[in-house]
Amino acid sequence: MNISVAIDSAPQDALPSASEAGPAPKRIVVAYGFWIFLLSDIVMFSALFASYAVLVHATAGGPTGAQLFNQVTVAIETACLLVSSYTCGLMSLAINSRRYLRTYFGALITFALGAAFLTLEIREFASMIAIGATPERSAFLSAFFTLVGCHGLHVTLGLIWLAVMMVQVAVMGFDATVQRRLLCFSLFWHALDIVWVGLFTVVYLMGVSP
Amino acid sequence: MNLLGKLDWSAIPLHEPIIMGATAFMVLVVLAVLGFITMKGAWLYLWREWLTSVDHKRIGVMYCVLALVMLLRGFSDAIMMRAQQAVAAGGAQGYLPPEHFDQIFSAHGTIMIFFMAMPFVVGLMNFAVPLQLGVRDVAFPTLNSVSFWLTASGALLINVSLAVGEFSKAGWWGYPPLSELQFSPGVGVDYYLWSLQISGLGTLLAGINFVTTILKMRAPGMSYMRMPVFCWTALATNLLIVAAFPVLTAVLAMLLLDRYLGFHFFTNDAGGNQMLYANLFWVWGHPEVYILVLPAFGIFSEVVPTFSGKPLFGYRSMVAATMAICILSFLVWLHHFFTMGASANVNGFFGVMSMIIALPTGAKVFNWLFTMYGGRVRFSVPVLWSIGFMITFVIGGMTGVLQAVPPADFQLHNSVFLIAHFHNVIIGGVVFGVMAGYNYWFPKAFGFALDERWGRAAFWCWFVGFYLAFMPLYLLGLMGMTRRMQHYDDLSWQPWLLLAMVGTVVILAGILCQVVQLVVSIRNRDRLRVTGDPWNGRTLEWATASPPPAWNFAVQPRVAGRDALWSSKQRALATKDEPPERVYEPIEMPKNSATGFVTAFFAVVIGFAMIWHIWWMAGLGVFGAFVTLLAFAFRRRSETEVPAEQIARLDRAYQAGAAV
Repeated sequence: MNISVAIDSAPQDALPSASEAGPAPKRIVVAYGFWIFLLSDIVMFSALFASYAVLVHATAGGPTGAQLFNQVTVAIETACLLVSSYTCGLMSLAINSRRYLRTYFGALITFALGAAFLTLEIREFASMIAIGATPERSAFLSAFFTLVGCHGLHVTLGLIWLAVMMVQVAVMGFDATVQRRLLCFSLFWHALDIVWVGLFTVVYLMGVSP
Repeated sequence: MNLLGKLDWSAIPLHEPIIMGATAFMVLVVLAVLGFITMKGAWLYLWREWLTSVDHKRIGVMYCVLALVMLLRGFSDAIMMRAQQAVAAGGAQGYLPPEHFDQIFSAHGTIMIFFMAMPFVVGLMNFAVPLQLGVRDVAFPTLNSVSFWLTASGALLINVSLAVGEFSKAGWWGYPPLSELQFSPGVGVDYYLWSLQISGLGTLLAGINFVTTILKMRAPGMSYMRMPVFCWTALATNLLIVAAFPVLTAVLAMLLLDRYLGFHFFTNDAGGNQMLYANLFWVWGHPEVYILVLPAFGIFSEVVPTFSGKPLFGYRSMVAATMAICILSFLVWLHHFFTMGASANVNGFFGVMSMIIALPTGAKVFNWLFTMYGGRVRFSVPVLWSIGFMITFVIGGMTGVLQAVPPADFQLHNSVFLIAHFHNVIIGGVVFGVMAGYNYWFPKAFGFALDERWGRAAFWCWFVGFYLAFMPLYLLGLMGMTRRMQHYDDLSWQPWLLLAMVGTVVILAGILCQVVQLVVSIRNRDRLRVTGDPWNGRTLEWATASPPPAWNFAVQPRVAGRDALWSSKQRALATKDEPPERVYEPIEMPKNSATGFVTAFFAVVIGFAMIWHIWWMAGLGVFGAFVTLLAFAFRRRSETEVPAEQIARLDRAYQAGAAV
């Protein structure tokens, strides 16, 4: 009996559900996989959040959050990041309609806002280190620098990624691969905003509230 | 400033005869392998067909080879520990000094979990899952290659630690404050941390790849409730990987920051909290247990029905049990340290949860037993491993439930009773499972079966050796022997430890039988040659040639029910119609890529440089990895098309052979 031929002659009625439709198109597979990656990244952040929550009062006689955090700077940082998500959305619209100029412009504004966020964050870190509030000072500061710094590192990688993607648009045009990568980039950029909202609440708002 | 960081000639332990002997042996083996490849002129073949391959079957085989090699390494550590404890009684100190013994038990645990068990289950999933799903490859083939090579990089770094420097003396979980710079100033803990970070990244990427593959890439008609149970357990395992491994990455990163930059996460001073490490580590660590054992459950769920000639009993309950374990595994981590001093309510909750998780597992055991009941069971090697598993794993499960009772755990904590328990479930569950899978899928991977007689001998040695080696440890634990003792005073323990040593030697005989089995099978491969379906299988991997062509299926399979191949075989027998002529179409195949290999090279450079504080080299490694990524991103064509005629020619040849 010829088994391998039997397998493709199985009776096929109309496919009743999406789960039987066969392999998904590549765009969906790639975006789906990237979602799973983002979820894993958020799990990593949640471990850092948990550590921060455990160690937030372990100041070892050093400065507390209430003494260190500057609400105004943090408000501007938040505004930069949230607006950059909006401009990133505008860039996605431009990509969908294949307009080069608008894409570059959206990317440029997104990049500038991200870079502004980073500059403010680095200045905040530098000012803290200058007054002796370094990560070596206490467990609280170790957890603070790690959690916020990890988000900052993600923003940095996002900026590098965005720059590379613009070169790809210029060199390769809007081909399917580039479009999929840009889709992943925008997912990444929005996910960083979600993490920042958590960070803003847990670290900065709860840090200064009595 | 030293250009080579902390590295100098004193890093090579020339005064340690045992370590130098092992190093010399390792170097000789590597040289022999390299020499053999050169003699055969196989470098180009190896590079084109294996090292740069993105074919999930090839990658799966490479994972399994890595696991088997590391099994030998990890087992050498085990037998050295057993030999030491067999002699170091009373005033005797044995032949291993304490600092060496500490490295050996740390290396044994780390290697067996991360570089033996993990690669083996990931390898078997890699090989079988896309075939069972009836698709061409995983969702991201190049990423799959990157995952494998990162795992191999971690394994390489651990082996380098044998010759250059030292390995961690802080146990396989590296609890602080012992693993902090203050108490472990050497490079051992750094080797541990960097090899786990690198291989952990590889595992995470593999997890993402497989979740996507299973949820988004199945043959037409294969709905969730038609997937083979191995695919379900693979899905659960990879969901656990995606949800648990980032926590490991985070907690090891915190320890790295403590050690490299003077942070205070887990230090004794400045507010550090060691129990934070224990909690986070086991938030990963307990799901990890199920990451390892669920695929083994899946393998038994394939082997038992196939060799019983019956469909799996209770498919739906098997799926439900798998997913229940997947969720419950995140709610039991605290039972690893009931003695932490949490409140009675907290200990009570985790105790109850740990008992509850035994229920779905018990349901599975009954399902396998009922599958065999009334079946026409063929007692071939995979079935032997499965039956051995059912007996052994149930005993291990029961001693586990015993320890889930917090007051009992207070007595048994850190004793060798615990060692006996988890070897009982990991050897009885995971090792027996992967051995069943290895014997079951080997003919699919290579086109010839493994020798049955040597396979049986290997099983019986492992089975008997396991009981001899670990049952005494239960007794010793109850007698008060704690784990990790380089020597002990109580002479009444020694007879039991000698018995355990004998058991380990019997296991060694089992491993030797497996080596012989492999060699004999390769020699007699023409006699052991099989068709596509040697076991009268039920799932799609048996519907194609052995070994399968790179594209897996010449024509996309269509699935109409559970046990897809079995039902279509039955249908073909019933109707006796000539099946319609196959229509072949060209197939898009992912091109081979050196990305994985090159990335792993730079990962090793980064890891080694960081361990020895050679900052310029680490920077170079990061730069190299980034350039590799760019090269991958800018390559023009990622796929090639296999013409329909080529597929048709190979498939017709296979049909002619299979139709006999």
